[in-house]
Amino acid sequence: MHDVLAAIGNTPLVRLTRLAAGTPHVAVYGKAEFLNPGGSVKDRPARAMILDGLARGLLRPGKTILEATSGNTGIADAMLGAALGFPVLLCLPANAGPGQRGFLKAFGAQLVLTSPLEGTDGAARRAREMVAAEPDRFFYPDQYANDENWRAHFTTTGPEIVRDTAGRVTHFVAGSGTSGTFVGTSRALKAAVPGVSCVWMQPSGPLHGFEGMKHYASTEIPAIYDATLADATLEIETEEAWEVTRRLAREEGLFVGPSSGGNVAAALRLAATLPKDREHVVVTILCDGGAKYLGERFWEG
Amino acid sequence: MPKVFIPTPLRSYAGGQDSVDCAGATVAEVLADLTARHKGLEKHLFDEAGAMRSFVNVYRNDEDVRYLEKEKTPVGASDTLSIVPSIAGGSHRDPLAVLTDRGGS
Repeated sequence: MHDVLAAIGNTPLVRLTRLAAGTPHVAVYGKAEFLNPGGSVKDRPARAMILDGLARGLLRPGKTILEATSGNTGIADAMLGAALGFPVLLCLPANAGPGQRGFLKAFGAQLVLTSPLEGTDGAARRAREMVAAEPDRFFYPDQYANDENWRAHFTTTGPEIVRDTAGRVTHFVAGSGTSGTFVGTSRALKAAVPGVSCVWMQPSGPLHGFEGMKHYASTEIPAIYDATLADATLEIETEEAWEVTRRLAREEGLFVGPSSGGNVAAALRLAATLPKDREHVVVTILCDGGAKYLGERFWEG
Repeated sequence: MPKVFIPTPLRSYAGGQDSVDCAGATVAEVLADLTARHKGLEKHLFDEAGAMRSFVNVYRNDEDVRYLEKEKTPVGASDTLSIVPSIAGGSHRDPLAVLTDRGGS
């Protein structure tokens, strides 16, 4: 495996000691996905989908990798395309931040900006139109419908959590964009850890500030989503996620993005509800680092 | 009348429409008319105190009203307002340029 591909995964679990200080019977861990070489959890599914494309001959010399993304999958594709020698073209909603665009340009990816009113659904429509118009030109992983997306987490993220908690994980909490992380990790945990509970985080409304995550009630449901995996759902307000994002930086030394704040907010809410007569181990995902969001107003709070 | 463009996730609260013609001479007046016509939009655009939610950006044509006169920004009959989800709470120079490039669709 190419060096940068081999550097993906095996991220540490970081215990949130200060934010979870109010619930000493609950160990709350964030899986530090921002330490992946492309800076996010999306390195895992991007690697899996690209390797699968290579193995099946769908991605071969002369092809361009095309994907619809709100940022992190595009950054992962751009990094992997650079490492493997494939051009990368990304459909990105125009309201994706300048941080995302800066990372993508640094890796040499080309961008097709799509309507900011239509979010990632609009970006995915544009990508499908481009593939339909020039089917021989592109390798289109289609992260919303590609089983390699959730399998990447089934084979890596989930087993790593089981290993690093010595099988003691009691709860897994995560929100969803494509749902790959939640679906794949939950399936792996449920297969390995009896009684584990998987809690799905959702933005509280259709307009929200959870970069990379979708409010499922108001957007297209990804083909790979499996609603039967969620044992409970927690809705989190954007303002709460931003507050937790700031606290992660200032009280835990974890400089992460707002979706990590949303996940941790949900993990803390869950921890507060767990019975005190026994110990619990709650694991959530620190999806990406804070650098891409440095220009955002929420740091000022 | 000014036309207000509605983002995909809010269209179900606006009768499925992608734009709504609204009366008013300022951003505040136009949005008040919009939420009067489509009551379900109100809580997604404004907080309990009536302030515009921090992760909602409103553009007059292709300018963020936050950098104009905010809610008091004048709106002419031929102007458009666009409600743009702010993916991460920031605002970016000209995300609506992509709409202009595509003929405002």
